[in-house]
This record gives sequence, C-alpha cells and structure tokens, in this order.
Amino acid sequence: MSETPTLEVRNLQTHFFTREGVLKAVDDVSFTVRAGEVMGLVGESGSGKTVTGFSVLGLVDPPGRIVGGSILFKGEDLAHAGEERLRALRGSRIAMIFQDPMMTLNPVLRVDTQMIEAILAHEKVSERAARDRAAAALAMVGIAAPEERLLAYPHQFSGGMRQRVAIAIAMLHRPDLIIADEPTTALDVTIQGQILYEVQKLCRETGTALVWVTHDLTVVAGLADTVSVMYAGKIVEQGRVDDVLDRPLHPYTNGLLGSVPSRNRRGQKLRQIPGMTPSLLRLPEGCAFRSRCPRADQACAQMPALAELAPGHLARCVHPHLETAGA
Amino acid sequence: MLVFIIRRLLQSLLALAVMSLLVFVGVYLIGDPVAILASPDATEVDREQIARALGLDRPLWEQYALFVGEALRGNFGKSFVFGQPAMGLIFERMGATVELALVATVVSILVGLPLGIYAGLRPDGIAGRSIMAGSILGFSLPTFWVGLMLIMIFAVQLGVLPASGRGEVGSFLGLHSSLFTLNGIVHLILPATTLALVRAATTIRLARAGVREVLHMDYVKFARAKGLPERRVIGVHVLKNIMIPIVTVTGLEIGSVIAFAVVTETIYAWPGMGKLLIDSIVNLDRPVVVAYLIVVLFILVMLNLVVDILYSVLDPRVRLGEQKG
Repeated sequence: MSETPTLEVRNLQTHFFTREGVLKAVDDVSFTVRAGEVMGLVGESGSGKTVTGFSVLGLVDPPGRIVGGSILFKGEDLAHAGEERLRALRGSRIAMIFQDPMMTLNPVLRVDTQMIEAILAHEKVSERAARDRAAAALAMVGIAAPEERLLAYPHQFSGGMRQRVAIAIAMLHRPDLIIADEPTTALDVTIQGQILYEVQKLCRETGTALVWVTHDLTVVAGLADTVSVMYAGKIVEQGRVDDVLDRPLHPYTNGLLGSVPSRNRRGQKLRQIPGMTPSLLRLPEGCAFRSRCPRADQACAQMPALAELAPGHLARCVHPHLETAGA
Repeated sequence: MLVFIIRRLLQSLLALAVMSLLVFVGVYLIGDPVAILASPDATEVDREQIARALGLDRPLWEQYALFVGEALRGNFGKSFVFGQPAMGLIFERMGATVELALVATVVSILVGLPLGIYAGLRPDGIAGRSIMAGSILGFSLPTFWVGLMLIMIFAVQLGVLPASGRGEVGSFLGLHSSLFTLNGIVHLILPATTLALVRAATTIRLARAGVREVLHMDYVKFARAKGLPERRVIGVHVLKNIMIPIVTVTGLEIGSVIAFAVVTETIYAWPGMGKLLIDSIVNLDRPVVVAYLIVVLFILVMLNLVVDILYSVLDPRVRLGEQKG
C-alpha cells in the first residue's frame, strides 16, 4: 500500500474571516508525507504553519475555515469530512503534539484521567486495561515509575516531562500520522535532544508519518526527510532535506539559513533578513517576500508559481539561487 | 492544614472581639432601651428599676466587661424584650433562614450554571445574548420590587402560590424542614426565587466568563485533538476549571444570604433570623443584636474555611499550608 501516501494536502486554503477583512493564513499549500517519513514544515511566526497543522485535524477555530483544497488522509478527504468522522480519527489515527507543554495538559485533572479518557474515547476496553496501557505509554517515553506518576497532577511534572506525557498521549493509539507543532521550542536544549531522539525512534518503529512544524532549521536538518518552507501562507520552497538545506533556491530559505549561528562562521556578523513578515491582511501584489528580498525587481510584482527547478526540488521564485543549485 | 485551620479560627476570634465592641457602642449611641421598654406612664422610679434589672445603670465599659465575662462562659445574655436567652431566640429561627438560603443557592446554581455555560459557548447567538440581558436585569432589579411583583402576579392575580408565611414543617431523619411537606414547598417557591435571582445572575456571568476564557486554552484544544466527545470536553475539561471561581463566590455568598435575607424575609413574612434582627434593632434589644452578629460572623468564618478547603480540592495546584495568612 505504499502507493497511497499517509497524508496528501492539495491546494489547501484556510482563511480567517475577521472584521478587518479576509486573512489568508494558508493559501494554496500542497505537500505529501508517506508512512514512516518526517516532513519539516518551516517558517516564521505567522507564516501559517500552525494553522496548516490544525486544518488537517479539523480544529481551526472560528472565524477561520477551510475554504478550498483537499486533505487526503490515506485517500480520504478530511477537508469535507463530517465532525463525527474527524473526531473518530483525531487522537486515534491522527495525533497532535502542541508547542507549550505547560499549557497542553489540563491543570485540574490528574495525568491518569487525561490518558485513560484518550484511550476510552476510541476503544471499548476496561478502565484497568486502559490504565495499564497508559502506564506502558509513559514508560515508553522514558518516565520512571509510571504507575506512580499516573496519579500526579501536571504541575508536579517539569516542562520536559509534561511534553513526554503529551507525546505518550499522542502515541497511545499508534497513530498513522502525528502533527507536532514546535514541540521542543519551549524546552531546554538537552531535553530537546532527548525528545527528538525518542520521537524519531518511535516513528521509525511504528511507521508513523510525522509533520514537524518548527522555525528551527537545525532541528529539521537532524530529523526530517523532506522540508516545506512557508512564507505568508504559501509554500515557497519544498524538497528533500539535503537539497533544500545545502542548495536553497529561494532567497527566503537562503536568508533563514544565513541567520542560523554556526561554528564555521565564528566571529562574523550574523546575517539577518531585513524587515519583518508582512501583515496577512495587507499582502503586497506578487511575491510576498519581495519587500525584504535582495534579488527583487519589477518581475516580482507577479506572483511566481511553485516550479520544479531541480529534480524533486520546488521553489516559488522569479530569481532563484540556481547558481548554487547547479554547482 | 491543621495549622491553617487554627490560624483561621484565631483570626476570627479577633474579629469577634472588635465587632462586639463596635455593636455595643453603636447600640448605646442610638438610644436608651429603657425608654422603649417602659410604658409611657411609668414613673422615674419604675424606669430606674428596669435599668437596674437589665444592668443598664452601670457605665458602658462595665457593661461590656460583664458581657465579655459572661460570653466566655457561653452565656450571651437575655433579650430585653422577650426575657429569654438571646442565643436560644436566634437558633429557634435559624432553621427557617438557612433552609431558605440553601434552597435559593441550589436553585441559582441549577439555573445559572447551564445558562452561563450555554451563553459562553454561543456568545453571539440570540439565546446567548438574551441570557446575558436577563442576567443584567437579575442584577439590577431591587429585591423588594421583585418580591412584590412576584406576589402581585402569582399570589394576587393568578392566585396559585401563597404570598406569605412558611407553611407546614415536616420532619425526616430528625431534620425539620418545609421541604418535607407539599404545603411547605409551595410556600418556599416565591421567597426562594426572589432570593435566588441575584445569585443566579452572578453565576451566569461567572460561568460565561469562565467558559469564554477556558475555551481558548491549549488544554481544551488538546482535549479535542485527543478525539474526546464534545460532551466530555465541556462537561469535564471546561467545567472543572470554571468551577473554581464559582464555588468561591457561591460559598461566600451563602453566608451573606443567610445573614442578610432580611428584605426577602420581611416581604414574605418568613419567620427567620432576618425578621428577628430588624425587630431587635427597632427595640434596641442589644443582647439579641450582638448574639445575632456573633452567629453570622461564625457562619461566615466557617464558610470561608469550607471554601478554602474546597478550593484545594478543585484546584490541585493550591496547597493550603503554603498560603500566607
């Protein structure tokens, strides 16, 4: 069944109908993730990567709404699925891990309550069996004395431990797809490393596809198989992780890579991308990155299409860095 | 926990001392009880006799010292008017008031919580807006007016509910309450509704505000992402979080409802403590006023304590021992 990808998003459009106008948070986004594959979804705050994640689960809050495109989960279109069908998939086949572990667990409910309810929402098993499975899941993510820890409240865990609990909850039903929304951003670097390692291991063992939403390119480099770079609601570059990171085509990706501190450039000034992300309500005509781009000219006033400029490597740019790609 | 309770009780003793002194001085300043107790044609000798019998001929500080000494032995004095122990008078009437207050509180939660949650889930719908408009009315209409209107409609015009009095009192498992007879329940409806109105309005607003806030929390979204049915997301994840402020406010309000149901009790001629307090103030019946306030203070302190303990049950992050008094 390797023909049908786990997740295939086609021309997804999620817009927010606010009082100030229509905010195109996700505008024509397409990507594919296969079983066991990890896709990094990269972009600045406000680029639409989180909304993309929520769209897949059907959890976009009003006034936001999916207005176009399709989300094919193992061939089934979720963009047009009913709420009851989505609920049945959520947590069991598609799981999500959130950014802030301090906020994702309900502070007034014990960990066992929050894990057991997640099991019972999808399977008819006894409370006892559910508890055993919850304990096993905690053990799997490296929490010692899981039976005891089940009885604790979230505030009795550290941030890293809470994120492990959230990951354990996400893994309870061995989902086919996990969407992780910057799950390590709020954590210490050492904890971040451990969590990355564990998630990667779990996905490899279970064949789970993973969409890793992040702004951290170093995380993507170590974890992902493919990368999609988002800017102002659109994908600007997409491809195999080595291609995109070693030979970026889009000036934005290039800029992002240049602003990552590295030992090789010690002592040099860090490059930064001038200006800031444009408001999604007042996007300029044409390429949204135009106003910050060193290569922009008149030709950029027309929105370029996402084109395959090298085998399996797409970019949405009038003046791509083809010289590096060709080299 | 134990230290916390003991410290609370010591604080309340201090409040008790300050309050009794204030009431003593206050009632002394208002007027001379002898003038009210003695018949208009009483002679000067009669008046002095009455004053001496009640201990009112002594200087104020001595009267207070005597009161404190007696109170420490559990004797809060006799009513000037009835000649009976003041505490006994209050306890006789407390049952009726507590019953009224508890029924009103339960009604206000049963009505206010679902309405408030609904208004919080659909803040822009017509029903949600109507509920909020109704709660503003509940706040702003004065109790006495609502009481009179309810009597006008249900007792005078429709003639379906009694306008005053407590009705029959039944007893069950040693408890005496009008909830155990149909006649008693019928008599409870109007006063309890009147008293519940403001409470229900408060509960609606607290519940709505709570739902609006909690609904945007990541843990609610995470609960949905786990695929929980909406029933459980609202009924457990949201409800348990919004109950914290509601329990706090309701708990504290029970105290003030018991203590100051005066207006409602007067309108419906409900034979409770509130009516007794009004009568005692009019008659300058100092022992009853002081004893009443002591009872009320005790109830408030106890409710505070219960609310704090409940708080730690509802919110596991609260540990009573660490609280700074």
